[in-house]
Amino acid sequence: MELSPVQRSLELAEPFVTTKLDKVLGWGRKYSIFNYPFVTACCGMEYMSAACSRYDMDRFGAGLPRFSPRQSDVLLVVGTITHKMAPVLKQVYDQMCEPKWVVAFGACTISGGPYNNYAVLQGIDQIIPVDIYIPGCPPHAEVVMDGLIKLQAKIQHQKHEV
Amino acid sequence: MSGTRTERTFQATGSWAGPELVERICERFESAVLGQSEAFGEREVTVRREIWPTLARWLKEDEGFEYLLDLTAVDYLGLRPVRFEVVAHFYSLSGNRRLRVCVPLQEERAELPTLTGLWKAADWYEREIWDLYGIRFAGHPDLRRLLLYDEFKGHPLRKDYKMKARQPLIGPGTMGGAASQSREDEADV
Repeated sequence: MELSPVQRSLELAEPFVTTKLDKVLGWGRKYSIFNYPFVTACCGMEYMSAACSRYDMDRFGAGLPRFSPRQSDVLLVVGTITHKMAPVLKQVYDQMCEPKWVVAFGACTISGGPYNNYAVLQGIDQIIPVDIYIPGCPPHAEVVMDGLIKLQAKIQHQKHEV
Repeated sequence: MSGTRTERTFQATGSWAGPELVERICERFESAVLGQSEAFGEREVTVRREIWPTLARWLKEDEGFEYLLDLTAVDYLGLRPVRFEVVAHFYSLSGNRRLRVCVPLQEERAELPTLTGLWKAADWYEREIWDLYGIRFAGHPDLRRLLLYDEFKGHPLRKDYKMKARQPLIGPGTMGGAASQSREDEADV
């Protein structure tokens, strides 16, 4: 009797899974985040705390900061962005390859935070698109983890162009 | 015990020039000295703009104030008849003495001669004052904005700079991003 491929595989005891390409790409991408820490202010301390061994972002597959935008796929904007700094941030964002995501880390990047004045950009979403906003001044490392997990859920469920 | 420590700290930082220095300044510059005061042990002299570089050179070369600690400005809009005041702190390393010198400046003549010939440190201080208060320094080798960008309009630490005023974003792809917003903000101030 001719066996179907599925039956044959079961006979041979070869494990297999079925999935969609989109899902497997999403799964791969969400657990291999190379982040670019664009650190300009005090939130950087909290980023360091989240990245280092106590909270350990590496548990979620985001343990490899890259200091070149061309090698990274998540732009972590950590700290106050001034009007003078805005073109630099925009250029760093433009240099990153697709697919790419942006995290607004802390109150300053979301809305300017406490600095409602002539010098500070009132939210980085005025110049680049933002995927996840992590609130706090600065955000606690656990909130950073929560934001990271939400970003991973977003990556998993989005359409991945091949 | 903590009381003694506080007192000692206060004395250690209170190394200000005594009244005899002010007497010498008054003797030498006479009517150009507009006033003097002493508060919390800090010695302050207010002088006319005309003697600014001469006084600074004299303090440096004859009185041993080798170090320009700080150079800044104040906008007294609505509080005093003369709007601006440039404030300098001089320090004598050899004598461990400090002196504060204030120079009132009318708004329409908001300009002083530069001190860059005496202290290189004055370069960035003067650029900062120009940037934030719009006070010019004649003879400065490179009087550009220090902290803000070239496209910035106005001088934001002037008290008549609108608190909610926002400037257009600069850089590629941000053409006037915040400009429309700034007009709205200015309207409701």
